[in-house]
Amino acid sequence: MALVGKVPVKDYLRVEKLPHIWCPGCGHGIIMEALVRAIHSVGLSKDKTVIVSGIGCSSRASGYMDFDTIHTAHGRALAFATGIKMANPELHVIVLTGDGDASAIGGNHLIHAARRNIGLTCICMNNNIYGMTSGQYSPTTPTCALATTAPYGNIDTPFDLCKLVDAAGASYVARGTAYGVRMLEKYIAGGLKNDGFSFIEAVDQCPTYFGRKNKEGDAFAMMKLQQERSVPVKQAATMPEEELAGKLVVGVLKEKPRIEYTKAYDADVIAKAGGAGK
Amino acid sequence: MATVAAPPRTKVLMQGNEAIVQGALAAGLRFYAGYPITPSTEIAELCAENLPKVGGRFLQMEDEIASMAAVVGGALAGRKAMTATSGPGFSLKQELIGYAAQSDVPCVIVNVQRMGPSTGVPTAPAQGDIYQARYGSHGDYAIIALSPNSVNEAFYTTIKAFNLAEKYRTPVILLTDEIVGHLRETVALPDPSTLEIVDRKLPTDPPGVHKAYKPEANGVPVVPNMGMGYRFHTTGLIHMTDGFPTTNPKLVQAEVERLSNKINSHLDDIYQYETTSLEDADVVIFAYGGTSRSAMAALKQARAKGLKVGMYRPITIWPFHDEKVRAALAGKKAVIVPELNLGQLSREVERVSGGDTKLVKVNKVSGEILTPQDILTAIEGVY
Repeated sequence: MALVGKVPVKDYLRVEKLPHIWCPGCGHGIIMEALVRAIHSVGLSKDKTVIVSGIGCSSRASGYMDFDTIHTAHGRALAFATGIKMANPELHVIVLTGDGDASAIGGNHLIHAARRNIGLTCICMNNNIYGMTSGQYSPTTPTCALATTAPYGNIDTPFDLCKLVDAAGASYVARGTAYGVRMLEKYIAGGLKNDGFSFIEAVDQCPTYFGRKNKEGDAFAMMKLQQERSVPVKQAATMPEEELAGKLVVGVLKEKPRIEYTKAYDADVIAKAGGAGK
Repeated sequence: MATVAAPPRTKVLMQGNEAIVQGALAAGLRFYAGYPITPSTEIAELCAENLPKVGGRFLQMEDEIASMAAVVGGALAGRKAMTATSGPGFSLKQELIGYAAQSDVPCVIVNVQRMGPSTGVPTAPAQGDIYQARYGSHGDYAIIALSPNSVNEAFYTTIKAFNLAEKYRTPVILLTDEIVGHLRETVALPDPSTLEIVDRKLPTDPPGVHKAYKPEANGVPVVPNMGMGYRFHTTGLIHMTDGFPTTNPKLVQAEVERLSNKINSHLDDIYQYETTSLEDADVVIFAYGGTSRSAMAALKQARAKGLKVGMYRPITIWPFHDEKVRAALAGKKAVIVPELNLGQLSREVERVSGGDTKLVKVNKVSGEILTPQDILTAIEGVY
């Protein structure tokens, strides 16, 4: 048993499927480890936890994790996960996705999963770029940043994913970074404990396609930027908006429990229809 | 006055779409996800009402794609799962129908066909999705598509759709049409205990030993349900017997061939059809779904005039049974193929019919049904 900080991380991985496909310096492995440690700390059963992912670099994580895992279609992880949870609410369902997967092609599913408050924990590895297809701009690419499909600079306004899911009705919203991995682990654990839709934005670095193109340097330099840009949520509350431009507000941004969707269905719909216990 | 308890009703007047829901529930449907679209919406409404009565769950998803995704997820989580749609929605679902075919997910997709292309003529009857049902998703795979021609048959064909989905771990398209979907007829509901219901095979080997995507001799893998402790992997990538992706050319070739073979090598088990007055016929009507009702009326009128007309009616549209159709048409003067499209399944009939059998297409894409007279005129034209 390999212990990383007293957590038997390898017990939760399919070690025979390693090494992973991610580039040197990519943050996805750091975030996957934070998730494993959070699962361990919360005490989820490996046999009753399902990992659902979409398509993209981050979504390859499901194949490395020793649970029931499903690598779905581009953008559809949350919709598959919604079906899994509705079909068997006893399962803990965790969704791994990226910024393009979750908020471009899958944006509709993201807001509706949040609106329903269905019991899913969604971790979005946001590296501000499409990595798998080698560097096109995504809905979270900053304005003016360069991408292979924005050779003159990006004119789009990026989403603030946390504000988006907050407005759509998620009951737990947090943002962490690959740099602040121990805090990220805590935010994920908080999401796993929340009975409802939890969204954790994990700010991530793609040195290969974002860093090089935008002259942000190597993975170390990019993670240093994450550190410099991070502002804890309590501190951010005291700062004027103009000072927060370009910053990453990190921490638990929202924790407002309300009835989870499958529980509402069972308590209301099935009870009224007379199907309880069937 | 003494009261006498009424016997349970077994004969019920219902709509085709309602019979589909009743058949699905009898087959064990416990999860439905859909998106509203006419002329299939009654199926969603009746599932919303009836699924929770049996402890099942209904979901109205945010779009057609999401509802297909939820159905695949629900099926892998162990439930018998279904969605229903029509034209535009069927187009949107295609990517994930391919996902279900590729990753051996049992599920039923109802397509109550309406006039296309695009938004078309909502919601006039059509049979224009014959090829889309077969080839709608990218890449090579085989699919099962069934088309009932009455409300009673819609009930039983839906049960058959679920049984085939579970047995062969495949998406099954219930390719009905607006005529049957909105028709009201009497259904003789059977005693549920008399129905043959097939449930998917589950692994008996323990976790760690069992390979989730290893096909048995029939080409069908025994995939566990999520939550059973097997901790297996499902992916839309071409995969090995353990479920994990591969690009090994030999394994990829074998896996893609398996997806077609697991259906095509069980043609006789899957295939259902009906013939009428075929033996002495010199002209055969090849008709299916709602259009076969007009064809049957035309057949009777032709016979009354002394014309020797028979009918071949496939209930299974896909896979197409070359041998049976070829045998049915052997030595016949002509085959009349009426369809509410510009000639779709007629291409398959043409492919297998001998050169001596003249093929006459009768097509209508006006949003109206084909009348018995339309078909009778074509019959009289070949004499």
